Amino acid sequence: MRKFIAIGLVYAIVQILIMTNLISGYFQATLVTIGINIILAVSLNLITGFTGQFSLGHAGFMSVGAYVCAIVTMRMPTIPGFILGVALGAVAAAILGFLVGLPTLRLRGDYLAIATLGMSEIIRIIFLNLEVTNGAAGLIGIPQFINWTWLFIFTVGTVLLLSNFVKSAHGRACISIREDEIAAEAMGIDTIRYKVIAFIIGAACAGIAGAIYASYFHYLEPNLFGFLKSVDVLVIVVLGGLGSLSGSMLAAILLALISTYLQSFPEIRMVLYSLILIIIMIFRPQGLMGSREISLSVFSKLGRNKLWDRFKSQKGGQ
Amino acid sequence: MDKLLQQIVNGITLGSIYALIALGYTMVYGIIKLINFAHCDIYMIGAYVGYFCMTYFKLGLVPSLLIAMLVCSLLGVLIERIAYRPLRNAARISVLITAIGVSLFLEYGTMFFVKANVRTYPEVTGMMAQRFNVGEMVISMQQIILVGITILLMALLQFIVKRTRLGKAMRAVSMDRDAAQLMGIDVNSTVSFTFALGSALAGAAGILVGLYYNTINPLMGVVPGLKAFIAAVFGGIGIIPGAMIGGYFIGAVEVMVSGYGGSMFRDAVVFGILILILIIKPSGLLGKNTREKV
Amino acid sequence: MPILSVERVTKAFGGLAAVSNVSLDIIEGELVGLIGPNGAGKTTLFNLLTGIYVPDSGTINLSIDKQVIPLNGIRPHSICQKGLARTFQNIRLFKDLTVLENVLIAMNQNINYGLLTSFLHLPAYKREEEKLLHESIELLRIFDLDKKKDELARNLSYGEQRHLEIIRALATNPKLLLLDEPAAGMNPAETANLMDIIGWIREKFDLTILLIEHDMTLVMNICERIYVLDHGMLIASGTPDEVRTNKRVIEAYLGEDINNA
Ligand SMILES: Nc1ncnc2c1ncn2[C@@H]1O[C@H](COP(=O)(O)OP(=O)(O)O)[C@@H](O)[C@H]1O
Ligand SMILES: [Mg+2]
Repeated sequence: MRKFIAIGLVYAIVQILIMTNLISGYFQATLVTIGINIILAVSLNLITGFTGQFSLGHAGFMSVGAYVCAIVTMRMPTIPGFILGVALGAVAAAILGFLVGLPTLRLRGDYLAIATLGMSEIIRIIFLNLEVTNGAAGLIGIPQFINWTWLFIFTVGTVLLLSNFVKSAHGRACISIREDEIAAEAMGIDTIRYKVIAFIIGAACAGIAGAIYASYFHYLEPNLFGFLKSVDVLVIVVLGGLGSLSGSMLAAILLALISTYLQSFPEIRMVLYSLILIIIMIFRPQGLMGSREISLSVFSKLGRNKLWDRFKSQKGGQ
Repeated sequence: MDKLLQQIVNGITLGSIYALIALGYTMVYGIIKLINFAHCDIYMIGAYVGYFCMTYFKLGLVPSLLIAMLVCSLLGVLIERIAYRPLRNAARISVLITAIGVSLFLEYGTMFFVKANVRTYPEVTGMMAQRFNVGEMVISMQQIILVGITILLMALLQFIVKRTRLGKAMRAVSMDRDAAQLMGIDVNSTVSFTFALGSALAGAAGILVGLYYNTINPLMGVVPGLKAFIAAVFGGIGIIPGAMIGGYFIGAVEVMVSGYGGSMFRDAVVFGILILILIIKPSGLLGKNTREKV
Repeated sequence: MPILSVERVTKAFGGLAAVSNVSLDIIEGELVGLIGPNGAGKTTLFNLLTGIYVPDSGTINLSIDKQVIPLNGIRPHSICQKGLARTFQNIRLFKDLTVLENVLIAMNQNINYGLLTSFLHLPAYKREEEKLLHESIELLRIFDLDKKKDELARNLSYGEQRHLEIIRALATNPKLLLLDEPAAGMNPAETANLMDIIGWIREKFDLTILLIEHDMTLVMNICERIYVLDHGMLIASGTPDEVRTNKRVIEAYLGEDINNA
C-alpha cells in the first residue's frame, strides 16, 4: 500500500511542477527520455539480467514499436488511435521477439549477443528501404500524445508488471536459466519456452518504449535505432546491476541526468561517457546495485516474511 | 562474364581487408574469449597514423605501413593491459561492455583530436597509379599491392603462430589457459603478444584501406569491423585459417550483392549470413561442436 | 514391470565409449546401486537417462502408471516432468539463489497459475505461492534445512549442499530418483546418516531409487540389487553378496583400495 502512495506522490508532485511551469520544456524532454530508458532497461534486464540471455538487439525491438505506432497515429491522430498504435507497436515487437528468440535460442553468451545485433541491424536496413517508413529521410510530424500522465502510466505500469513477473514462479523459471541452464532443465524447467517468453515480454516493452519515443519526439529515422542505441540500453542495465530492476531505474535516471549535463560539452560528451563506462566496469563490474533491489526488496522481504509468519502461525495453531 | 571476373577481383580486394581485421578478432577471441569491440577502431587508428605519416612526414608506403603497424600493436597491448586485464576473471558481459567503452573512447577521442570530417589520403602517383586492363577487366596497382601485402602478412602470421615459441605459447594458452600456466608459459605476456599481432594486422588493414578508398574518418571502423567479426565467426572463431577464409567469403558476397543490384541490402545480406551460420553451425565452418561436460 | 528399462545403450565421446551397450532394468520400488571405478561411465549413464546426452544407439523406456514412455529424443525438462529426477555429482545448485528459491524452482511444474496472474499478482498467485512455500518448507525439514531457507545456496556447507540437491530433486515430485554420489565428501557418520534418510525417503515418497556410489561397501548395506560398470560396460549385476564375490568386479576394483573403493 505504501508503495502505491509513494508512486501517487511522485506523479502528483511532477504534475504540479509541470502545471506551474517549474519544469521547463527542455527538462520535460529529459523526463520522457528517462521514462523511455527505464522501460527499455527493465525490459532488457528481464532478458539479460534475469534470464541470462545476452542481447544486443533492443534497439531493433524499440524501432518496430516506434514505427508501427507512428504509422498508426499518423493515420488515426486521436487518443484511441494512439492507444491502438502503442498496442500494435508492442504486439509487433513481441512477434519479432518471438521470431528472434526462437531460432537463436541454441546460442549462448557472445554468440547470442552478436546474433541479436545482426537481427536489429537487419531491421534497421529494412526500415531504411521501406516506403511506409520513408526510408532514410524518416517520418516527420508524428502526432504528439505523450504527456507526463501517459509517460507515467506506461513507465510505472511496465516496472510494476515486470517486478511482479520476476517474483512469480514464471520469473523464477527465467532466473534459474541464468543460474544454471542444465540444472534448470533437469528440474523440469522448459528452458526454451521461458527464453522465448522473456524475449517476447522484453521485446513488447521495448516496443512500448519506441511508441512513446515516436509519439513524443514526433520524428523517426532508422539510424536512431542503430547499434549504439542497443549499447546505451545495455549500459544502463549493467550499470544498474544485472537482475536489479531498481538498479536499472536508478541508472536510467543517473545517465539521463549526466547526459543532459554533458549536452553543453558536445565535443567531449562521448569521450567522457566511454571513460565513465570503462572505469565503472573496471572498479564495479557488478553495477551499482549488484542483483539487489532498493526499496522493492524491502517490500518483497516484508511480503516474504509475512507469508512465512502466516505459515508458521498456521502450524502453531494446528 | 567479364563483369563476374571484375567482381571477383574486387571481392578479393575487399576480402583481404576483412581477412586482416578478422584475424585480430579471432586471435583475441581464441585466447581470452572476448569480442574485442575496440579492434575495429585500432584499424581506424592505423588509417590515421598512415595518413599522418604520408601527408605530414611525406613517408613512403613501406615506412608508413611499418609505423602504423607498430603504433597499433602498442595501442592494442596498452588497451589490453589497462582495460581488459583487470577484468580477466569478471563476468563476460562486463568485459564486453568495457570493450564497447574502449571502442567508443577511441572513436570519439579521435574525433575530438582530428574532428569528425573526412580526410583524404594523398593521391597516388607514378607506378602506384597504374592500371592494367585484362580484357574488359581493370586491375589497379593498388589492388595488387593491397592483396600482395595481405598475403605476405598472413604468411608471416602463419609462420609466427606455427613455428615460433611465442606462437606455440599462443596456441597453448588458447587451448587451456590454466594448463599452459602450469607448464610455465607466461600467460600475460602471451596475451599481450596476441594483441600486438592482431592490432598490427588491423593497422596494416587501415593504411591499405586509406590508400585504396582514399577517404578516412573516425567512425570508419564500425561497419568493416562488424563484418570482419562476422567473417571470423563464419570461419570458426578462434581459428586462424577460418578468419582468412571468412574474410574472403564475406568480401566476395558483399561485392556480388552490390554488383548485381542489391547494394541497398548488402549489409543486411551479410548479417543474414551471420544469423544463418549461427543457427546452422555456431562453431563456424572449421570449428568443432562442443557441448558442456556435465 | 520395470519402471525403467535400458536396452543396449551406447554413448561415445570422440573415440571413447563412455557407455557401451548397457542394458538394465529397475523394478518399481527398488533401491538399486550403480557402482564402478572412477570414469566407468556412471554419470554419463545418468546424463543419458535424463536426456542431457542423447544415446548413440539403444533405447530407454520409462513406465509410469502402466504406461510405457520412450525417453529417446525427449528433452530433459519433460523427462523430469514425467517423473525422473536426479542430483548432480558435481553439485549444480542455483548457487546465488536462496535455499528456498532452489526448491521453489524445482516445484515450478506444479504451479497452477498463468502468465497473466504472475504479472498482476491476482488472488491465485498468493494462494499458489503459499501452497508452494508450505510444501517447500516441508521438504526442507527432511534435512533440517528449513531454518536456512533464506541463506544463499553457496553459503551452505558442502554436506548441506548435497542435501539440498536431494531435496530439490524431490521437489519435482519424481517417481524414480537418480542420486549421483550423494555421499561424496562426507565422513562415515554423515554417510551412514544419509543412507538412513535415503531409505526413509524411499518409503515416505513411495520412490524407486537408483544410486551411484563410488564407495562399494556403502551401497552394499542399503541396496537390494547392484549393477557394476567398468570402462562403460556392465560387468556384473545381482545382490550385494553376488557382486561382492564376483571375480570381474574384484578385478575392476583392483588397483584401487578394495575396502575404500
Ligand atoms: N561431455 C564429455 N565429453 C568427453 N568425454 C566425456 C564427457 N562426459 C564424460 N566423458 C568421459 O566419459 C568417461 C566416463 O565418465 P563418467 O561418466 O563421468 O564416469 P563416472 O561417473 O563413472 O566416474 C570418462 O572417461 C569421461 O572423461
Ligand atoms: Mg561420476
